[in-house]
Amino acid sequence: MRRALVPGVVVAVVLVLVALPLFLTPYPISLVTRILAFGLLVVSVDLLTGVTGLPSLGQIAYFGVGAYTAGMVGVHVTDNLPVQLLAGVALAAVAALVTGAFVVRTSGIVFLMVTLAVGELTHRLADGLDAVGGSNGLAGIPPGTVLPGGEPLLIAGFVYWWVLAVFLLGMAVALVVSRSPLGRAMRGVREAEGRLPALGQRTYAIKLAAFVVAGAVAGAAGTAWTAQNRFVSPGDLAFSVSAIALLSVVLGGAGTLWGPLLGAAVVIVVRDELAAYVAGYGELLLGVLFVVAVYALPRGIAGSRLRRVPSVKPA
Amino acid sequence: MTALLEVQGLTLRYGAVTAVDDVTLTVAEGSRHALIGPNGAGKSSLFSVLGGATRATSGTVRFGGTDITSADEVARARAGLVRTYQHSSLFLRLSVLDNVKLAVERQSGRPLRPWPSPRADRRVAAAALERLEQVGLAERRREPVSSLSHGERRQLEVALVLACEPRLVLFDEPTAGMSAAETTRFLELVEGLPREITTVVVEHDLDVVFRLADRISVLAAGRLIADGTPEEVRSDAGVNAAYLGAADGREALFTDAPDPTTEGGRA
Repeated sequence: MRRALVPGVVVAVVLVLVALPLFLTPYPISLVTRILAFGLLVVSVDLLTGVTGLPSLGQIAYFGVGAYTAGMVGVHVTDNLPVQLLAGVALAAVAALVTGAFVVRTSGIVFLMVTLAVGELTHRLADGLDAVGGSNGLAGIPPGTVLPGGEPLLIAGFVYWWVLAVFLLGMAVALVVSRSPLGRAMRGVREAEGRLPALGQRTYAIKLAAFVVAGAVAGAAGTAWTAQNRFVSPGDLAFSVSAIALLSVVLGGAGTLWGPLLGAAVVIVVRDELAAYVAGYGELLLGVLFVVAVYALPRGIAGSRLRRVPSVKPA
Repeated sequence: MTALLEVQGLTLRYGAVTAVDDVTLTVAEGSRHALIGPNGAGKSSLFSVLGGATRATSGTVRFGGTDITSADEVARARAGLVRTYQHSSLFLRLSVLDNVKLAVERQSGRPLRPWPSPRADRRVAAAALERLEQVGLAERRREPVSSLSHGERRQLEVALVLACEPRLVLFDEPTAGMSAAETTRFLELVEGLPREITTVVVEHDLDVVFRLADRISVLAAGRLIADGTPEEVRSDAGVNAAYLGAADGREALFTDAPDPTTEGGRA
């Protein structure tokens, strides 16, 4: 694909996504809705794992903060979706700032383990906290409205459009950040973290900023998840979700942001749809998919597609 | 000339090993200083302490009149004391231009700005390109660093360092592993630097040292054994002994005639 074609392809994909509810029945639409919400979580994982080089199993925590905040705001305050989105993103970003202040002092495998702990602690907290429904989950979330006092979104297609809007917003934030000086500094951390201090750059600040942006994007994904399901359960924050999010990043091609989205789509379709044909073995199917992917597509979907004929190097 | 870098009684110990032993030396502003010594003399350790990557066991370092003994790498780099690395440490999968931008942004941009800004980004790109032109890599700005040759990577190191707008550059064995042509090119580059930039070079290749330096400090076993002009160092008996391990030292390295073992010997 030539560079000049990229804007055209993006516009075409967005148009197709917008038009989907006009062609598809509610069930496939809800599948695509889930893919978009989960895909945005995967994008946040990629911001850390692929762009900054910090492999994370903890983005589910900020996804959870966003999802539960949206749910609590929906139950107790307002059914207005933009308000739920803002509250969810703000709280997720604050949570990422507070935890990130400690977490980003580590790197590599230690970072992976610490983020895993953060994710699991959030999972346990949701499970034990009665105020958010405990192990029963948070139920009774009213259908959301887009405008204050407007009609609640009951039809799957309308819910889908809201989720699509949140997704596009989150994706735009991720793309803008990755093309900014901060994004370049994040890739600098990935490539040679030890070199940045010698250039006068503090890597702690870069990593913390990346962590907060990724947390906010994960929070937005969480609010979208709630808007679609109108129910949040601790099970949504399970370790397995973190694991398949990281799997999607590897499968799609770490660091490209759009590649992991395709990875997310493949993972959700395999887990939720194909698994029905091999009742009870959905996870096994994912495992097989992962093993095949590692051998067949070592650089992910995005990495395999971009292989160009190497240009002749001037001597 | 005023002193830019003043090292006073600097000592670095790793357990029982004393890598740098009570070194006191001064680098004058605008000078072309070289630090030489046999293998294991403590040159790299001293460099590492000066750059801020390693904390000295005792002693003080003053830079431009300020005590920077306890300043970390970031603070030193921001004050204008920057170093290159013996083994190129670059951002391999980023483009050549992006590598320099990372350094430029720290100086004249807002390195943590999370959104693009056409005007600021253009300014940063222009400044980065200027550095690349200075070291002769402008043509290759779009390529990833991983596709550059060893010598080109050293040139890029210089561009990165210049982009930090340094007052003092520490070059750690800059010509190691370079071909003869690359070394010549590198020497021209360093010789072309404005005198506002003071340089200190650690180097094995004595041809390079005697061509570049107007002052030479010699380390052996962690101690400073000589410090003076190239002529003084060349005729110093202690230096010859340290290099050759014997009193009959005037046979190879410091004779005036070109020596077959050091000339063109590095491939």
